Amino acid sequence: MSEIIKVGIADINVVSPPNTIRTTGLGSCVGIILFDQVKKMAGMAHIMLPDSSLSKTPTLNEGKYADTAIKSLYDMLIKSGANGKALKAKIAGGAQMFKFSSGSEMMRIGPRNVERVKEELSALKIPLLASDVGGSSGRTIEFNPENTLLTIKTVNAGTKVI
Amino acid sequence: MDFLRIQPIHLDVLREVGNIGAGHAATALSTMLNKAVDMKVPSVNVISFEEISEMVGGAENVVASVFLRIVGDAPGCMFFMLPVEQAEQLLEDLLIGQTVKLTNGEESDISLSALQEVGNILSGSYLTSFSDFTGLNLQPSVPATSIDMAGAILSFGLFEISTVSDYAIVIDTAFTDIERQDEVKGHFFLLPDPLSFSKIFEALGVPLDE
Repeated sequence: MSEIIKVGIADINVVSPPNTIRTTGLGSCVGIILFDQVKKMAGMAHIMLPDSSLSKTPTLNEGKYADTAIKSLYDMLIKSGANGKALKAKIAGGAQMFKFSSGSEMMRIGPRNVERVKEELSALKIPLLASDVGGSSGRTIEFNPENTLLTIKTVNAGTKVI
Repeated sequence: MDFLRIQPIHLDVLREVGNIGAGHAATALSTMLNKAVDMKVPSVNVISFEEISEMVGGAENVVASVFLRIVGDAPGCMFFMLPVEQAEQLLEDLLIGQTVKLTNGEESDISLSALQEVGNILSGSYLTSFSDFTGLNLQPSVPATSIDMAGAILSFGLFEISTVSDYAIVIDTAFTDIERQDEVKGHFFLLPDPLSFSKIFEALGVPLDE
């Protein structure tokens, strides 16, 4: 019996077959999956903001920021036995849900999230195998660690698998 | 934002903001449609980001929405959000004689533009009465529309608050058509930025204890 592991907003979780892992309603947020294809282990984070320096709270919610979420997801996978050198990534999200004539920085949050995620991945030397980012559609994504396929559903732009 | 300093009286005051604001918006909607529109008692809740999506049927539920930023003394975000079928019905009532579709690429420019205008008028009347009631200077940005997953849309209003908290104070007012009481027509969500709360409370004579 396979289960779907849920990842909430600003949340991180790991998965192994036969289960799959899923997050719903990604807008400007970015969903990132790190996986070890050989050991069939994977994890997902639902990132809201690009950098933990934006945080004004005494305790940091690591899953919320691209820099801390990726490090923490990496550590979780290593701890559960994944091979750090074998890890690969797929990402989706970073849309611009609303278009404004005055483009303030907060309005560009989607593209900023994507840029920061890519920087963090190259700092950790994790190859980015596939991505579906940008546009103006919300996405629900589900990753299967068995075949390492990421299914992306949208309301206005159909379903695709990367 | 320290939610511990918020007392029941503060939530009551915010509920009154929702009551007066949405009351004016409901009147505007009723005038536009030329039929009675009922408004529920507003709810004010301190809730997690996940729970906000639950209020409109879950993160994946497809909704029609109008979003605007509030600028001025107490910045924040405002959403007018309704289920797609309800939005189509509302626009058909407005654009007499037209069949309105809002999904699957069937949406016409006129229906999107009408939706934006409805959102503009409703949120404008909400905001004007909010501003009159508090004496705060509040201006709406040009509204933007989106028809998509509720979670993807709402998260857009959470960025300011998400740097200081994992929770948001949401002032929610639901509308119903008076002839079809069970059906919720739409929601107004007002999400003040974290620093705006103390200004709203002060303006209404219930400052937060230091």
